[in-house]
Amino acid sequence: MADREQVFTNLTNGGPISVYVRDGKIVRVRPLQIPEAEYKPWTIEAGGKEYSPPKAVRLSPPAHAERNRLESENRILYPLKRVDFDPNGERNPQNRGKSGYVRISWEEALDIVSGEIKRLTETYGGSAITGMTSSHHNWGVVGYKMGPFSRFMNMLNYTPVLDNPDSWEGWHWGATHMYGFQWRLGMPEQFDLLEDALKHTEMIVFWSNDPDTTRGTYSGQESAIWRVWLKEKGIKTVFIDPFFNYTAAAMDGTWLPPRPGTDTALAMAIAYVWLTEGTYDKAYIEEKTIGFGEFKDYILGVGDDKLAKTPEWAAAESGIEARKIIALAREWASKKTSLSSGARGGEGSACRTAYGTEWARMMVALQAMQGLGKPGISIWGTSMGAPADSDTWFPGYAEPRGQMGKSGVAKNKLSLQNKTKQRLFRLTLPEAILTGKEDFWGDGFCGQSLDQQFVHNTYPMEGHSTVKMFYRYGGSFMGTMSDTNKWVKMYQSDKLEFVVNQDCWYGSEAKFADIILPACTNLERNDLGEWAACGGYTTNAHIGNNYRVIVRQQKCVEPLGESKSDYEIFTLLADKLGLKELYTEGNTEDDWARLFYESSDVAKTLSWDEFNKKGYHLIPVPDDYQAKPALRWFAEGRAVDTADAGNPKRGTDKAAELGTYSGKIEFASESLRQNMPDDEERPIVPHYFPSWEGHRSEGYKKYPLQIISPHPRFSFHTAYDNHTAWVNEIPLHRVEKDGYQWWPVRLNPADAKARNVKGGDIVELYNDRGSVLCIAEVTERVPAGVLHSYGCSAKYDPLVPGKPGSTDKAGCVNLLTTSRMLSKHAPGMTPNSCLCELRKWEG
Amino acid sequence: MAKYGFVIDVEKCTGCHSCFLACKDEFIGNDYLPTAAAQPDKGHTWIKLNEVEHGAGTKLKVDYIPHMCQHCEDTPCAAPAPAGAVYRRADGIVIIDPEKAKGCKSIVNACPYRAVYWNEAAQLPQKCTMCAHMLDNGEKTTRCAEACPTGALVFGDLADETSPAAKLLAQKGAKAEVFKPELGVAATTRYISLPKPFIAGEVLLADKPGECLKGAKVTLTAKDEAACQVETKTDFFGDFEFKNLAVNKNYVVKAEYEGYYAKEMTVRTYASLNIGALMLEPR
Repeated sequence: MADREQVFTNLTNGGPISVYVRDGKIVRVRPLQIPEAEYKPWTIEAGGKEYSPPKAVRLSPPAHAERNRLESENRILYPLKRVDFDPNGERNPQNRGKSGYVRISWEEALDIVSGEIKRLTETYGGSAITGMTSSHHNWGVVGYKMGPFSRFMNMLNYTPVLDNPDSWEGWHWGATHMYGFQWRLGMPEQFDLLEDALKHTEMIVFWSNDPDTTRGTYSGQESAIWRVWLKEKGIKTVFIDPFFNYTAAAMDGTWLPPRPGTDTALAMAIAYVWLTEGTYDKAYIEEKTIGFGEFKDYILGVGDDKLAKTPEWAAAESGIEARKIIALAREWASKKTSLSSGARGGEGSACRTAYGTEWARMMVALQAMQGLGKPGISIWGTSMGAPADSDTWFPGYAEPRGQMGKSGVAKNKLSLQNKTKQRLFRLTLPEAILTGKEDFWGDGFCGQSLDQQFVHNTYPMEGHSTVKMFYRYGGSFMGTMSDTNKWVKMYQSDKLEFVVNQDCWYGSEAKFADIILPACTNLERNDLGEWAACGGYTTNAHIGNNYRVIVRQQKCVEPLGESKSDYEIFTLLADKLGLKELYTEGNTEDDWARLFYESSDVAKTLSWDEFNKKGYHLIPVPDDYQAKPALRWFAEGRAVDTADAGNPKRGTDKAAELGTYSGKIEFASESLRQNMPDDEERPIVPHYFPSWEGHRSEGYKKYPLQIISPHPRFSFHTAYDNHTAWVNEIPLHRVEKDGYQWWPVRLNPADAKARNVKGGDIVELYNDRGSVLCIAEVTERVPAGVLHSYGCSAKYDPLVPGKPGSTDKAGCVNLLTTSRMLSKHAPGMTPNSCLCELRKWEG
Repeated sequence: MAKYGFVIDVEKCTGCHSCFLACKDEFIGNDYLPTAAAQPDKGHTWIKLNEVEHGAGTKLKVDYIPHMCQHCEDTPCAAPAPAGAVYRRADGIVIIDPEKAKGCKSIVNACPYRAVYWNEAAQLPQKCTMCAHMLDNGEKTTRCAEACPTGALVFGDLADETSPAAKLLAQKGAKAEVFKPELGVAATTRYISLPKPFIAGEVLLADKPGECLKGAKVTLTAKDEAACQVETKTDFFGDFEFKNLAVNKNYVVKAEYEGYYAKEMTVRTYASLNIGALMLEPR
């Protein structure tokens, strides 16, 4: 067998792989096979023990099924045209989502798409074209969405759709106004916190965080062993989450399940105990923070609402007994405690609820009261913070130097030359299309400054066209965005004259397009990349890994069917538009790969040819490595010394400051005071407001179940779900019944009994916004009154295709969630503030 | 001669299912004769994770037990098989011969661990081979063990004291056990920390019900075995827990705190128990 077998290297969003190919077909995929002798693991000494990672790479679970995903029956193999779409006659937009498709040639598809681009740009200008991508279905500096797609669309002067910070909303729109880190979009730096925790931390409070499931985003399961060490060391763990999550199960900690949306009240009661018992770091508060008096007044009930945030008050809100709140507060104050409030420190489903800004601000407030940055006292997700080289630069997809439209390796920096200033916003794109106008706060990812959040955008912008063409790349929002029936309505609007969908698999939006173009995966083209290191607003993301691994992503097999790489598709389109030379600069994908490689620091010591031949390269931790834990510099009043490259105050005379206006932790926010002093929903001092869709809201009378839909365990958002039959077989990823693979909903035995539901029943989840079928999993892992169902189904399968509001069989629970934002001026999504009911489905 | 085996530390298994997927990747569509014919596209779980949810309310535990062929010395699956269709190699691996076992469906039900699967299309009983084809090719591990991120699933040559499996057994061997030893088939897979019933609860003082009581003494006595008694203290949440208990036994839980009357509760471990709060009255 060895004679005919070839082994290629590649990289996925869940880690590096070795791909075994025989006779042009992938036969197996293993974690990248690196001889043990090549590993140079770091060692952390703590408590008389030495901790060192295994000499291996630990993939995310679904990455083991990459072969199965590649060959999925849901691959798009040929260009397709909707049967009742005629660009020169009847377009029938109302039939999007209903009608079938007919196979067409690439030539015909390219003619139609380029013809529409020409027609629209000549008639209305480039702003009539909009387009957007989904994330994460592939990896690679050359081929990632911010490369070919962005370069092409900017060349057309299109209207971009800005992403919302979907996984860390409250941190972005809230925590930034308290401690800065806007250059990390609100999430705190995580450098060297593993060593800090092993050496100093005595207790970890996991708050709305399941790192064993979210895995530091792209770092596979590299940090799983860290939590084994922490558990073996006997570090006490507490889990605050309405769901008894997988990390809680693994670490066997104490579980406190608050009612969804009441976490902020719980946090305020902890602050109340510290304030009334004097168990907070007064010197730190004095030196490092401002506005504490106003905050203290609010908590103690002498502020605007005259309500003391006592443990008894929080108990009534959250359902957690007052004595447990007091006990936790006392232990927290008496021990060196790390707060683990999201995979990257920030994140967590509590930040995607009504007023999620206030929860994130309270997380910062609590740790500030205990001396954030002092030994053992951190905000740490437990899935980033390994020792690592930070001097060797290698391009990441999310930074300008890693994008073919902006990088210095490009002669024409096309992404910088988009003449269209008009913008749309992902969460309100359907409203913008349907009503022809929309306005929104902020610029999507506001990583440039705090002030960027106060920009107000209006669509259509003066002198620009409304959008008439939607170029969709990837496409799975039915299962990830909010209130997603509105996407069905949007697609069926005649205001969208033309819709293209380009993807590797049929995502939930593909069959709303007029033309579908088949893209190939990154196993079917050449590329290169560094594991987990996306760059940009998450610099040094490789610290979620035990090793820095650079991979030459080798084409393993020919593209399936007639699929083509995104770069090739855009090159062909550019050619039709007479823009090929401008688009490609004469470069093949491999030319780009080599240019990017040679721009990196790795090329200084390893030639392209050597790298190309070997397929990977490990960047070792320097021998003289010294840990510089996150925010220690701030706690000690020194200039920033971590590898947080995006910190704009580095190297200035303000280098010891945070990113807030005052440079300190702001319990009363100066950026909010100066820009939006009268905002009652995101006030200057963090406030608790009962959710507008929670146990105190009007809708609760009709729909008394609260559903949370956090990030999923066995797929990466929608990637790997549905398109990977083996993943679908994992019990409780999906569950097969009567030949259909259903999406699970977890419910408490008491709720099941009251509704005459038992495990394995098909149930309908419904409210005024939608209706979804799931399979019931009856479990103690959720308390009574709470439903848990992961928010990331890749499949949308309405009983009546193309009918907005039709019951979905495939588990897009996002159909039930609301369009309402975190608050009036904080346009973040709130899928975890959702009321619904559940009944046995007998139809 | 090598003696291959799995040593599984259940405490470390997070239920990630990497083993489940890696096994599928190795065997679906791939023949490795003479030790294995290809696994069908769907339905076989040569390794699976049995989820055990026990306890109730906030006193909950969820464990995952990796489950596959136990490579028993007694090979009960061989009983209904034609001669040579099921055999145990000198290195300890039990193989169902993909040629000779053809059509012999009774092998599936002869396995007391229910770890053999029927391939309808190929008319074959199939199961875990410890990736024998890889070992025979000079590799040291199986696909499932290679994929395990925490060291819960460890494979190796138990006769070689430097192998990871032998090392783990040497370290935690005292706690190692066979899954369902009552089956008496000399299974070779060793499990550490298999989930056992626990009793958990809280101690409260009747005159201070608003405070968690740290440091109360709680004693557990097995009623059926007089000598068996363990003691613990409540933690800062006022909670206590006794782990690794026997199934279907009577236990007495006794809570004591100075200045208060002790309180006892008799319970039976049909399964793990959350016994709620023991409220102590002041003397």
